[in-house]
Parts: sequence; structure tokens; C-alpha cells
Amino acid sequence: MRTAETLAEGFPDLSQMMIARQLHWRRWIAAAVILVVLAVIGRAFAGGQIEWSYVGRFLTAQVIVEGVVNTMVMAALAMALGVILGVVVATMRLSPNPVLKSVAAGYTWLFRGTPLILQLLLWFNLALVFPTIGIPGLWSARAVDVMTPFLSALLGLGINQGAYTSEVIRAGMLSVDAGQYEAAQAIGMGRLRALRRIILPQAMRLVIPPLGNEFISLVKATSLASVIQYPELLHNAENIYYANSRVIELLIVAGLWYLLVVSILTPLQMLLERRFARGYLRVAR
Amino acid sequence: MTHPLVAIRSVSKNFGEFQALKQVSLDVFPGEVLCLIGASGSGKTTLLRCINQLTPVDSGGIWLDGELLGMSERDGRLYRLTARQIARQRLKTGMVFQRFNLFPHKTALENIIEGPVQVHGRSRHDARTEAIDLLRRVGLAAKADAYPAELSGGQQQRVAIARALAMKPMLMLFDEPTSALDPELVGEVLLVMRELAGSGMTMLVVTHELGFAREVADRVVYMDHGAIVESGRAAEVLSAPREARTQAFLSAVI
Repeated sequence: MRTAETLAEGFPDLSQMMIARQLHWRRWIAAAVILVVLAVIGRAFAGGQIEWSYVGRFLTAQVIVEGVVNTMVMAALAMALGVILGVVVATMRLSPNPVLKSVAAGYTWLFRGTPLILQLLLWFNLALVFPTIGIPGLWSARAVDVMTPFLSALLGLGINQGAYTSEVIRAGMLSVDAGQYEAAQAIGMGRLRALRRIILPQAMRLVIPPLGNEFISLVKATSLASVIQYPELLHNAENIYYANSRVIELLIVAGLWYLLVVSILTPLQMLLERRFARGYLRVAR
Repeated sequence: MTHPLVAIRSVSKNFGEFQALKQVSLDVFPGEVLCLIGASGSGKTTLLRCINQLTPVDSGGIWLDGELLGMSERDGRLYRLTARQIARQRLKTGMVFQRFNLFPHKTALENIIEGPVQVHGRSRHDARTEAIDLLRRVGLAAKADAYPAELSGGQQQRVAIARALAMKPMLMLFDEPTSALDPELVGEVLLVMRELAGSGMTMLVVTHELGFAREVADRVVYMDHGAIVESGRAAEVLSAPREARTQAFLSAVI
């Protein structure tokens, strides 16, 4: 064993020397360019023909707030419908029954393959196909009365969402180890109980981040329901600017609200993720 | 002579071109501990999975406790049972997997009571009481609330054994229960299995642990290429194998 006295010469002790700060001049230039561009854009908007007082005034107008509430209600209900359909369709897709499998694949194909706005218009105009709808002998009604903007929007958005959600959930279910399903079988569980108790809870953990993404898309997609007269945020904003011609101001109002709603969703998603991360959190042994 | 608990008759199983089992016949008697040994691909795991019906047989029959598994005979023809009937038959067997397959989103205790509560419809309270007893029996009473990720491989496998026992099976199947373990953790699992064998449980164990087989097994069955080559008392098969293939395998392993 060599001792300190025998260390080789020619290698000075650097331990007391300061390390100089690096000058990242490229970074400074890049930052400066971006700040200039942003300043130019900001200046343009500040000097543009926008009456900011209108933005402030209409931000909390009753019609706008009602629109926000309607948007959130519709997004939540359509997502709930989408998740329920998604779980059912994903389960059908993974079923050994070829009919269930193809019906599920056909559903996804149909509702992912056509524009959402077209689907909304179809639901809203269902009365043109079926003037009356109901259960023969029990109940019937005129389709125009049943297919309100609310119901049309809910079915249109929810069923479309189900097509996307089913694929997300199917991916989650496929990612659960096959041994989990065998272990569930080995303690006597049937297919559906194993899916519900063992596979889906594990799939949910993986599925929540993409579902959060889907939900944010859906919040904004509710604005499409303005074309079928559902009184959501954008629809109400439009109604106001049809009257007072403050188009940009009201679009900014709507935009700010969408931003706020989406910003609130992110921490909610994190709470949900933590809920489903049971057993996966890194804990010291 | 007593009736066999498991009677396997001329069972064959193919995976595509590959013949995993070729006309295998075997009896397992109540209280017996039988070790299946052989190289990988010899069909021993497939045989175990056929008994638990995780893999359906192509031809032949397996009887458990006198009941034909997976099929029923009517008018000279065999009809496959429904998934629900198979699930009911499966309750008579407990399975321990090579990779444990504990449910990662449930604690050790929740893993054990899942079957009794969900499948047997027992009350959570009763199931918990029994589960805690089982955990004590496998030496993990202190780990009831730990998630699988917080347990070592050996501890996970002991929980998996407790989970299988919670269903009160009449037959325990072990599929290479120590193969995925670090060497220093093998002993604790074998200890639990030895205790279980001592309690009179009928056990079918696919294993590479020849020491365990020699000590605990009543009978050892050597399989090769989907067929049983040799079977007999553990000491005889392991110490004085008659067949050349068994001798070759044993000398390669030891």
C-alpha cells in the first residue's frame, strides 16, 4: 500500500481553487432574440384595436359565466360517458367473442373516422331520419323535442370520446402483465371479475395521463357544440359579439376562461394519479 | 389402494408444431408430495398448467378428486365446460407461479383476502382473521400492510403461497417457485413449502431444487420432450436413476 508521501509529482492540488463561471453567450443571444420577438408581439396587441376594458367587463358577465358552467358540465358528463363506453368497448375488443370484437372495432372506426362537428350535426338533426322515437307501445316522442342541443351535444361528444378512450384503455389493459390475469384465474375469478378487480385498476394507473390529455381536448371540443345551439362558453360569447360587434374582445374573454379551466385540471389529474399509484410509490425497504 | 387425487390419462398438448405433452399419464395420491424435474421445454410446467386449466388439454383427460376437468362426457362425446364451470373446478387447486404474480396494487393482506371475499363471498372480517393466520404461518405477520413492491422476492413468494392457501385448495401446484429468486432467498420459500408438505398437503412441484426434492418429495418424476421418462421414490430416481436420459440430466445439473 502506497502512502500520501509517495504520491507522484507534477499533479498540483486544485482543491482550493475557484471554478470560474461559464459565460453561456449563445444562450444569452437566444434569450434576447426571443424576448425581442415577444415584446414586438405584445406591443402590437397593446397598440392594436382591442378595447381591453370590454375584456374586463365581459369576463364576469352572467352569460359568459353561465357558458363556462355549461362547458364544464358538458365536458364532465361527456367524459363520464366516454370513459364508461371506453371501458365497455375495450373489454369487448379483448373478448374472445368475434362478434363483440368486430362490433367494438367498427365503433372505433366509425366514430374516429368522421369529424366530430359532423357527428354533432347528425345527432342534432336526427329528427330528419326518425321523426318520432321511442319504445313501441310504451313511449314515444317527437325527435325534435328529444334531441335538444344538450342531449345532442352529450351524445355526440360522449360517443366520439368513447371511441378514443376505448383505445387508450385497451392499451392500458394490454400493458398489464399476463401473469396477473392467470393469478386472478388461479384464485377462481372469472374473466369479468378479473378485469374489474385486477386488470383495470392496474391499467388505470397507466391510462390516467393520456386520459387527462383527452379530457383537456374535450373541454375545448365542447366549443364545437356551439354549432348546434348548445349554450356553452364560445356560443354565448358569439351571441354577445353578434349584438355589440366586439368580436376580438369576446374571443379573448372565452380564451381566458378556457385557459383557466384547463389550468385547474392539471393538479386534479395529479391527485388522481396519486390515488391509482398505490403500491407503486417508491418506499424504502 | 386409495384413489388418486389427480389422475392424468394420455394427455397431449401441442403449441403449433411443438408437442409439449405426448400421451402423459400419471397419478398423484392424497397427501403426496411429487416433484417434477427435467430440462426447460420438457413439458413439466405445461402439465402443471393443464391441471389448473390455465392451458386446456388437446386430448386425454385429467381427473381431480374424481371429477373430469374441463370437459363433460355425454353420449360418447366430450363437451368443453363453460368458463364459469372451469373457474369453479379451479377452486380445488392452488397455484404458485414462478414470478409470484402478486397483485401490485394490493397489500399482502388484500392479496390474500381477494379470493375468499370476491370468489367465496366470505366476510372481510373472517377473511382477514384467516389471512393474518396464514401470514403468520409463512412468517410475514409483520408485513400484512406492505405492498408487493416493498417486499423481497422471497417474501412475495411466501405471500403468494398464503394467497393460494387462503382458498383452501385440496392440491397445491408450484411452478418453479424459487427460480426467480436470489440464491439467499430460496431457503425461506423452501422452508414454508416443507412445512406445508409436513401438514399433509398434496403438492405437485415443478422444481430445479434437487435437494428439496430429495428431502421432501415422496416421488420424483423426470420428464423429457413432453413425456415421463422415469418416476419413482425420490431417493431412487435422484440417486440411482435407471434411465440413461435421467442419468444424463442429473449429472448435468449436479
